[in-house]
Amino acid sequence: MSETAFQIFVNALLANNFVLAMFLGLCPFLGVSGKLDTAFPMGVATTFVMLVASLCAYGLNLLLSAFHLEFLRLISYIVIIASAVQLVEMVLKKYSPGLFRALGIYLPLITTNCAVLGVALFQTAREYDFIQSMTFSFGGGAGFTLALVLMASVRERLQLSNVPDVAQGTALSLMLAGILSLSFMGFAGLGG
Amino acid sequence: MTPTTTRGWDEFMEGIWRQNPVFVMVLGMCPTLAVTVSAENALSMGISTALVLIASCGLVSMMRDITPKEVRIAVYIVIIATFVTVVDYAIQAISLALYDALGAFIQLIVVNCIILGRAEAHAAKNPPLPAMINAAGMGAGFTIGLLALGVVREILGAGTLFGVSLFGAGFQPWVIMVLPPGGFFVLGSWLLLFAAVERRKQRKLAEQGEVGQNV
Repeated sequence: MSETAFQIFVNALLANNFVLAMFLGLCPFLGVSGKLDTAFPMGVATTFVMLVASLCAYGLNLLLSAFHLEFLRLISYIVIIASAVQLVEMVLKKYSPGLFRALGIYLPLITTNCAVLGVALFQTAREYDFIQSMTFSFGGGAGFTLALVLMASVRERLQLSNVPDVAQGTALSLMLAGILSLSFMGFAGLGG
Repeated sequence: MTPTTTRGWDEFMEGIWRQNPVFVMVLGMCPTLAVTVSAENALSMGISTALVLIASCGLVSMMRDITPKEVRIAVYIVIIATFVTVVDYAIQAISLALYDALGAFIQLIVVNCIILGRAEAHAAKNPPLPAMINAAGMGAGFTIGLLALGVVREILGAGTLFGVSLFGAGFQPWVIMVLPPGGFFVLGSWLLLFAAVERRKQRKLAEQGEVGQNV
């Protein structure tokens, strides 16, 4: 792999933004992006889970490859991610109960956030080394947070504007996401 | 029809129409948007997801009495991951080209919310047969949704349908439709269309109601 860590980071953050270019993690993206003050913590929590999952997945992949058990990869990754989410959930519940309630059902659903599993699968498929894996997952998480915050800000503005009745709800969010995605295409080629 | 077959049919149609996972519940968005650049991809993704859905719902339903409530989500996830691994290797064996086109999204079926949602909401409470019928309906509904997107995107973005050229050489493809933004736009437009139809139906019903009251 000839990519430098910086290129990987920029690629994951902007050019190949997880949400807007690779369609990973759309459920929380559409679900939690209604308000800015839940969107940002959700992004941070997801980033944290991604980092933990990426770290564990890297170690686990070495172990599985050593024993030629590659077919267990998917199952073991998902178990690791579920445990990491459980950890974050317990920490949040203890130190920030208000936030814990605000995130509600979307917190355990980080387990089924494809962005998290996507990080683990992509870093394996692209054979990143340790440093590359960590930068990749951090860039991906930051990109997810960025997309979530952008979307939440736009949606907060929209609440005050006059939108045709038919377009209310998911259809409108999807159109917005399309426009955001269109503008993110301008970053293509930035990471080299 | 006997009452039991009608119930089975209702159970099946539920997922196709009233609770269509793509258009009504808006679940499983990631594969929906990512793989629907062509009708062929959309169809194969839909079928793979449906197979995993039916098999996992069947097994979850068979094990519903011996699964402790506290660890049920973990059990479901492991069951789903097992079947996804099976499908993953099967596709790799059947067609390598297809496997490359779908990429990581086959493995990402694991985290498709439709499957976990069905396991939790339906399969865990019903005997295996109804659970599998319901899952088959959901799978079919999901496949239809994917096809609706894939067909539109392929026609607009590449001028082809299932790889067959439709418009001849003079067609200028609308490339943006097969790129990521196109996925959002097409799904958004479908939802708009459905909302408009629904709105019209309600208005008509309301008008009829008023006329009835006046008479």
